Formats: sequence, C-alpha cells, structure tokens
Amino acid sequence: MMNLLPVVLTAIVGIVVILSFFVPHPYIAEPAQKLQDWAIVIVASGYVLGAANVYKVNGESAIKRQKDWVYKWILLGSMTGMMVVGFFFSGGTQFLNEGSPFKWGYDFLYVPMQATMFSLLAFFIASAAFRAFRIRTVDAALLAVAALVVMIGRVPLGNLFTAAFPEPIQLPTMANWLLEWPQNAAKRGIAIGAGLGVMATGLRIILGIERSHMREEA
Amino acid sequence: MAFGDTLEKLDRRWIFLLVALLVLIPLLRPLRLPLAVSGPARNFYEAVEAVPAGSIVVLAGDFDPASAPELVPMTKSVVRHLFRKNVRIIALELWEGGPPLVDAILHDVGDELGKKYGIDYVNLGYKSGREAVMPSFGNSFSRTFPNDYSGTAVSKLPLMREADTFAQTALFVNISAGYPGTKEWVQQVQGRFDVRMVSGSTAVQAPEIYPYLQSGQVVGLLGGMAGAAEYEKSINVPGAATKGMDAQSSAHMFIAFLILLGNAIYFSRRGAARRPS
Amino acid sequence: MNISMDFGIWVAAALTLFIFSFLYKDNPLYKFAEHLFVGVSAGFVVVQQFWQVLWPNLIQPAVTRGTPEVWKFYVGGLLCVLLFTRLFQGISWLSRYTIATLIGTFAGLKVTGFAQAEVVEQVRATMVPLWTGDLGSSINNIILVVGVITTLVFFFFSKEHKGAIGATARVGIWYLMVSFGAAYGFTVMSRISLLIGRLMFLLDEWLGIVRF
Repeated sequence: MMNLLPVVLTAIVGIVVILSFFVPHPYIAEPAQKLQDWAIVIVASGYVLGAANVYKVNGESAIKRQKDWVYKWILLGSMTGMMVVGFFFSGGTQFLNEGSPFKWGYDFLYVPMQATMFSLLAFFIASAAFRAFRIRTVDAALLAVAALVVMIGRVPLGNLFTAAFPEPIQLPTMANWLLEWPQNAAKRGIAIGAGLGVMATGLRIILGIERSHMREEA
Repeated sequence: MAFGDTLEKLDRRWIFLLVALLVLIPLLRPLRLPLAVSGPARNFYEAVEAVPAGSIVVLAGDFDPASAPELVPMTKSVVRHLFRKNVRIIALELWEGGPPLVDAILHDVGDELGKKYGIDYVNLGYKSGREAVMPSFGNSFSRTFPNDYSGTAVSKLPLMREADTFAQTALFVNISAGYPGTKEWVQQVQGRFDVRMVSGSTAVQAPEIYPYLQSGQVVGLLGGMAGAAEYEKSINVPGAATKGMDAQSSAHMFIAFLILLGNAIYFSRRGAARRPS
Repeated sequence: MNISMDFGIWVAAALTLFIFSFLYKDNPLYKFAEHLFVGVSAGFVVVQQFWQVLWPNLIQPAVTRGTPEVWKFYVGGLLCVLLFTRLFQGISWLSRYTIATLIGTFAGLKVTGFAQAEVVEQVRATMVPLWTGDLGSSINNIILVVGVITTLVFFFFSKEHKGAIGATARVGIWYLMVSFGAAYGFTVMSRISLLIGRLMFLLDEWLGIVRF
C-alpha cells in the first residue's frame, strides 16, 4: 500500500496535467495550475535540501579532518556567511538591490568565479583540437569540414578570406546554408526521436511502469 | 619527423599561452573587421522592429554569469531597441544567477533613455520550477510572480495592471543559455498560448534552435557573441560583442589551425610508419 | 592605465587570477577559489530560493490574513516539509508523496510539450514540397526531408542496420556528423567568448587599460 499510493498519486497528477493541455475548463485547468504552483515551491525546497546535504557531506569530513579539510571549512564558512548576510543583513526581499552586502558578494565573488571557471574551457578545447581531433574516417572528415566552415564562416576574419568570391561560395553563405539545411535536418531527426522517447517515458511514469524515482535514500 | 614529435609532445601550457595571447592582443589592438548580418539575426531585428510603439513585450533572461559575455550584450541591445521604440518590457528570469544581470541592464538602459520602473518596465525576478513556471506564467503573470524582483507586490505596479497573459503582449523575447530556456519555452508556451517568439542563445545552444526557426515556432535567432555583434550592428550601437569579434576571429583561426596541424602530423607519421624501412 | 581603486574589483580580479592559475597546475590558490565558489554559490541559491520563491509563493500568502484559498499554500508547505524527511532514515518514505507530485506534474508537462513542439510541429515543418519550381529551394527541401528520414532510421534500433536500412542509416550518420561538426564550431565560439569576457573584465574594470 505504501508503495502503491505514490504511484497512484503520480498517475492522477500526470493525467490532470496532460488533460489541462486539451481541456481549458476550470475543473481541469485550476487543479493543474495548483499542481504547477506546488511544483514551483517544491523545486525551491529541493535547493534548500541540497544545501543541507552540502553541510552533511562536507561537515563530516571537515570535523574529522579528512583530506582537504581546510578547504571544506572554507566551503562551509563561505556558504554560511552568504546565508547569514542574505537572511539577516541585506534588507529581506531587497537582498539583491544595489548596495546590499549580499549584492556585493554576488558582484565580486559569485560572478567572477563562475565566469572564470567556465572560461577555462576555452583553453582545454584548444588543446583538445590539437591532440584529439583526428580525421581517421569519412565520418570524421565530414565532421571536421562542417566544424571548420562554421568556425571560420561565423567570424569576420573568415569572411574576409572569401569576400572576393561569388556569394554562393563565400564562407558565411556556406556556413549559414550548412546550419539551415543539413544540420537542421539532423537536429530535427534527433528532436522527433527524442520527442517520441520523452512521450514514451512520461507515459511509462504516469502508468506506473517506470518507478525508479520512488526509491528513497536517507 | 623530429619536428612532428616535438610538437606532439609539446607541453599543453604553450597552447594555453598562445590562446591567451591571441585573445588578448586583438582586445588591446582591435582591427575592427567588417561584420555581415546573417538571416536569422536580421529576422530577429525585424521582429522587434515590427512591435508597435506602446505595446508590451515579455523578456525572459534565462542565463547566468557563465554566459554573460555572449548574452549580456545581446540583452542590452534588445532592451535598448525596445525602449527606443517606446515598447514596454516585463522581464523574468528562470536561472538562479541571472536576475541581477538582467536587472542592471534594465536600469542602466532605462535610466539612459528616461524610462520609469513600474510604468515602462518591470523586472519580476526569479522563480524556480523550470517547466512548471512556464505554462503557469502563461496562464497568469501575477499569480506566478506575486512580487517583483525587489519584493514589491505586482498589483502596485501600473504596467502589471495592463498585462497578465501573453494575449496582452506583442512579442516574447527569450535570451537563453540552456536548460531551462528557448527549447522549453517553445515546448510549454509558444504553441500553447500562440506566442510570437524570438530567441537569443549562447553559441552552444544555437544549432538546437534551427529546427524551430525553419518551422516558424521561433521567428528570429541570435547565436552567441557573433549574433550579439550582428544585432549591435543592426541597431547601430556597437558594444562589447562588436569589440570582442576580432579576438573571436583570431582564436577561431588558431583552433582551426591546430586541428589541421594535429592531423598533418598524424598523417605524416602514419605515412612514415607504412613505408617499408 | 586607470587602475581600479574599488576593493571589490580587486577581490574579483584576484579570484579570477587564482582560478586561471589552474592552467599552470593545480595549486592551493585554485583550490581556495574552487571551494569558495561552491560555498558562495550554495549560500546564494538558498537565500534566493527563500526570498524570491518560498517567501512570495508560499510563506507570505500562507501567513497573511484573508488570502483566498489559503489551504493550497498549506498543502504546498506540507509537500515541502515532507521532502525534508529524506534526511531522516526512519521516515524518509514520506518524501515519496512530494516526489510523486513533482514527477507526475513534470511527466504531464513533458508529454504534451514534446508531443506538440517536437513531434507534431517538426513533422509538419518537414512536409515540404520536393519540387517548388525553383531548383535551389527544391534541392534544399530534398536535403531536409532526406536528412530527417535517414536520421530517424539511424535511431531505429529495433531492426538490424543491414541492407536498405543499413544504407539509409549510413546516410543518417553523415547528416549527424555534419550536425556535430556545426555544434563543435559553435561550442568553440561559446568557450572563446567566455574567455574574452574575463579578459575584458581584467583590462577594463580592473586595470583600466581599455574601455569596452
């Protein structure tokens, strides 16, 4: 019974949401809207639960002085610091307004670190282009040609190389054609395939055939 | 062969250094190479240009600082274009890290062009829930976002009294870095509420949007920093994206060269290995 | 050169350089920034979820007198509380009701969203005339239709890829390779843009050498 009830609940909820797409009557639309309202706050709670997990996982290794324990304290300290500042010293709902201490943390800690972390990829993609991008087969050759045409055809310097040629064989024209037709065709094939896959998986969940999400872990 | 061997065993930090220099030098000494505007970017511009003065546009800024160099210039240009046409903006964000970036753009460009918060534009702020937010927002803006970015009740904002569903708006602009973003807005909102939609995407995501472009679900597309620069050119206000295009050019050429060089070494070694000694 | 005098800008510049130092090799400065980043991000997200989501969409209406249909906020609150039972072994099964509600909602949204936008609309947009009266656009339409069909055949694994199906799937692979190549080209563009953004910050806001 304890396993069956959540499965039944998933089915009812899923069917109501699907019906709301086709039936705008308030008897269907309003319950579906309430479910979406709840989903919004549940997802927000999920983030808070995730933060509690961060404390649980890192707190243990920080206290037991396991590997990198000093860094775990930095992690826990900065997380706690942001929360204390955001909850108590930044004007409540105006916590992100210009001039609040929390906004300072966003501007000068969060923004530069996140942006720089992702910018490291520029270096690794260059190194991989040299070491790993090998044209061993016809398939790989097609991939390389498409990559080079798009890479060079979408920037001004690439445009200059073929500016003297007739328009149909200029690099930007070729890059745009490639994106709009063969590339688009493959992406559409993938989209239709994925669409059918998602519909099948969604229906399996709603009908209770797929239940892996019901596993609980403490 | 010795030269090829040396290159193959080259410490990758030399490549890192060259990448850094090839991006840095054009930023310090720009060449200002001419830029061509692609079809999808021109369609984006024309879709915004076609919005009548006084109407309301919804702008969803679904990105965070990791994609700011591509999407902040784009958002800035769109907001400037809309404000110049006296179009009013209702903004929202579905990515955690993005709301202050969008808010700063709205206030900076709004102040510059004499626009008033609450009357000419509103920032509804962030909501978690991804796809669940989208149809909910389509049904009622104020129910999904009872307060704005700073916690003010939306019922107190004059602009929000004029529009509560997509039916009261002229265009939906989505600036998107991934999930949730343009794909999800198309799936949950575009067809369901019959919304005219344009998308500004990171370059990584841009190829995914082409099927929607050809089907008419999305009527215009800006892809990455190049797309942002094309839009800056269209509205005739060069910004950070335009200034970054020379660096983008040199880095692209270098990576293309690395692909060709890596393969030249590979094939020369393979040829040598096949030759009888 | 007009170097910044703002303490915050110096902090941001130092953290940027700490993270870039990883390119030379892993080191304590990078590790410091890495852990600081995780902590700051987690703290940021929790505060944001509270003030921008849980407060206006749950707590404020639940505690305000005269809120219509206040029960729906109590139910929402209960579902959120049940989610936290995952932290306690004996009662963690209670979280299944919250998960069931969430999964059911998302499954429903995904089924209709994908059916309409990814299947119906995409199939409709592929039904184009193969001869339009103009050679160029006719070739393009043929390329599109052949590409969609062959790509779909490639993903059809219920039958072995031999004979006609194998040959069709082979064409599908070529299309996919072109698509992956284009995606690679765009990925390079994205990654380089991010680096440009950081260097612009260092040159402009920190060192004041160039104004962007």
